[in-house]
Amino acid sequence: MTKVVTANRLADGAIVYLAGSDTWSTRLDEAAVAADEATAAALLAAAERAVAACQVVAAYAFPVAVADGRPVPIDQRERVRAAGPSVASDFRD
Amino acid sequence: MALIREGAIVPDTWQNIADDQELDCTQRAIITLARWQSAGDDLRTTNRALGIRLRGDQHPAAIVADLGRFDLVALEFAKFTDGRAFSHARTLRERYGFTGELRAVGEVLRDQLLFMLRCGFDSFEVADSSAATFAATTPKISVFYQATGDGRVPVRALRNTRA
Amino acid sequence: MYRYDAFDQTLVDERVEQFRDQVARRLSGALSEDQFRPLRLLNGLYLQLHAYMLRVAIPYGTLSSRQLRTLAHIARTFDRGYGHFTTRQNIQFNWVRLDQAADILAALASVEMHAIQTSGNTIRNVTADHLAGVAADEIEDPRIYAEIIRQWSTLHPEFSFLPRKFKIAVTGAARDRTALKVHDIGIQVVRDAAGEAGFSVLVGGGQGRTPMIGHVIRPFLPKADLLAYLEAILRVYNEFGRRDNLYKARIKILVQTLGPAAFTAMVEEQWQALRGPALALPDEELARIAAHFAPPTYARLPAASAALAAARAEPVFERWCRHNLLPHKQPGYAIATISLKPEGGVPGDATAAQLEALADLAERWSLDEVRVSHEQNLVLPHVRQDDVPALWRELRAHGLATPNAGLITDIIACPGLDYCNLANARSIPIAQQIQRRFANRERQEEIGAIKIKISGCINACGHHHVGHIGILGVDKKGAEFYQITLGGDGSERAALGEITGRAFAAAEVVDAIDTIIDTYLGARRHGEAFIDTYRRVGMVPFKEALYGAH
Repeated sequence: MTKVVTANRLADGAIVYLAGSDTWSTRLDEAAVAADEATAAALLAAAERAVAACQVVAAYAFPVAVADGRPVPIDQRERVRAAGPSVASDFRD
Repeated sequence: MALIREGAIVPDTWQNIADDQELDCTQRAIITLARWQSAGDDLRTTNRALGIRLRGDQHPAAIVADLGRFDLVALEFAKFTDGRAFSHARTLRERYGFTGELRAVGEVLRDQLLFMLRCGFDSFEVADSSAATFAATTPKISVFYQATGDGRVPVRALRNTRA
Repeated sequence: MYRYDAFDQTLVDERVEQFRDQVARRLSGALSEDQFRPLRLLNGLYLQLHAYMLRVAIPYGTLSSRQLRTLAHIARTFDRGYGHFTTRQNIQFNWVRLDQAADILAALASVEMHAIQTSGNTIRNVTADHLAGVAADEIEDPRIYAEIIRQWSTLHPEFSFLPRKFKIAVTGAARDRTALKVHDIGIQVVRDAAGEAGFSVLVGGGQGRTPMIGHVIRPFLPKADLLAYLEAILRVYNEFGRRDNLYKARIKILVQTLGPAAFTAMVEEQWQALRGPALALPDEELARIAAHFAPPTYARLPAASAALAAARAEPVFERWCRHNLLPHKQPGYAIATISLKPEGGVPGDATAAQLEALADLAERWSLDEVRVSHEQNLVLPHVRQDDVPALWRELRAHGLATPNAGLITDIIACPGLDYCNLANARSIPIAQQIQRRFANRERQEEIGAIKIKISGCINACGHHHVGHIGILGVDKKGAEFYQITLGGDGSERAALGEITGRAFAAAEVVDAIDTIIDTYLGARRHGEAFIDTYRRVGMVPFKEALYGAH
């Protein structure tokens, strides 16, 4: 199953996606996409190194579909994480 | 492991004795509850120094009748989030009147030191690697709302003194 | 209201610096996330779906204008310009940074506030009746005892690592506005046969996966024994509550397993051992705390205001008065509910600008006081009836005059999967859909008093078990579904809702609610509220309407 690795940045909590062996992006479309389990495991191992180095917390892989070359989350939870709260925000300051 | 008392790393004169280990009469031995409960009169009546180690699921009520026999009680934190030993410590000190050494063992973290002191612990077994920082830890909180048996004066008493 | 003395202030100040040090050690790697998590939770800091979230305690739901302004300042400076009021008299900021958390706590401490024990397996923020001190049915102001409990529970050395979280609510009235019976401990001020005030103590209520109504384990506890008795309950729980299974770790399971009688015997035995000068509440201390909650200086006014009566000729204003004004025990005053449930809004959210506006209005017209209700609304507790028309105009200008308190659009909803790491489904969009469906004000009035409560997972932060209509979000193979319960009640007539049947897909929920409402309107006798009709006719007609007769 195609997967992407995500975490939260330790210092500010922002959602980040593993974009390369040691680079993280706040944009899902920049995430490294693992097409097989071995690649996913390698990405997770890289993420755990970033956890140990106090860059990120709570790293895990989640399944994505790929559309137009970009990863698209399958589960509702990851859709909300990627897009932000689905509730109206027009009254925000 | 290192032992901390009163903010210093001190030599540990006690030995943890596993149930399958021989007891020799020169040791200052910390034994398990199981060993104590199956012990014969020799162990109960000799006046060698004796300590006992209780797990979180072993309530000190199990030794209340024999408490005078122990110079040390070690209470185990299987995980630092398992808070039973805090209640057991206060029960030993404040209800059963235990005055010997009350040792915190297991996962003992410096961020819990003040709570442990307040509940009556007076010695702390920690990993060698964290011993120096643990020994140097000074409580960051100086205000206490609760009256426990550790002698720190709670806020209410201080308020009354002022008034 | 309660004001910190030097001791209270020193404690919160020291706590800020303690946490600052812990955060620094986390950022440097000296603390692992496993070691840090319980420490941050004890300071109200979560890692949620999108960011860190800070939950700030509003003890017993009372705020001054100065405190409200600081909350607004925090929302603007450290968050995205809004805050979210919860079902337990807390406010949550959804977008804070770990490396600024201590600064936020310092800002709170500067106005006698904190986030201590708003999370973690410890005694949480103590809640109380949001109409404390102003309700006519009150024996005594429960905030006196809530404040005493707040101090006793704050950094309690023995009870900071309990088997699970622990929630205490206090009320001084017969009408329960605190969901007392679904708390770990519920304390109600009562009088004994001699007319002496004391406490009825209820233990073992709760929501979550295994909802239960609490048991009264002591019908009358003398005031002086409050803390000794609480300490006895907590010690029994700390020693014997289950720690091997997260889902069976709440005190309700211990009470159920032992049986209320055996549990009570253990508490009473422990209590007898703990009673003594160290925990006794002396009269002087009671008086010192009670003085902080003495009634404010009210003006002497006629019972009814002619100005208010005249202004109520305007229908829009009259509608707001009808639903959002409550009688005050002081002649000439009123209690105003500020609904945080505008149509299509996020239940419980308020912007920084709204918080500031409310601070101004409270200062001007409510003796500098605002209350937070567990229903995610705010309350201006001391408004002169003469001032109500002017207040309403200002509220309207700030989008705070939604005339729906207690009606079908006044929905409790947890943050759900839009914000929460634990959620299985979204809650807020369901609330918004229901609000839009029932937006017509005449229809809302025709339906009358009803409480819809929505939770996005089984943890039940949205109190769905005690909603007249409860909605629970569940995950079915990655899709959001919603289970509906009927007949729940969080009041003094507490009851747990009964599941209607199979869960509904997200797109079906509003129609199902509509069906339930139509069934009620068809079955009700004149003037009967939804919950009373349900109690009379039971589940069957609703089930038939929802799923067909088979």
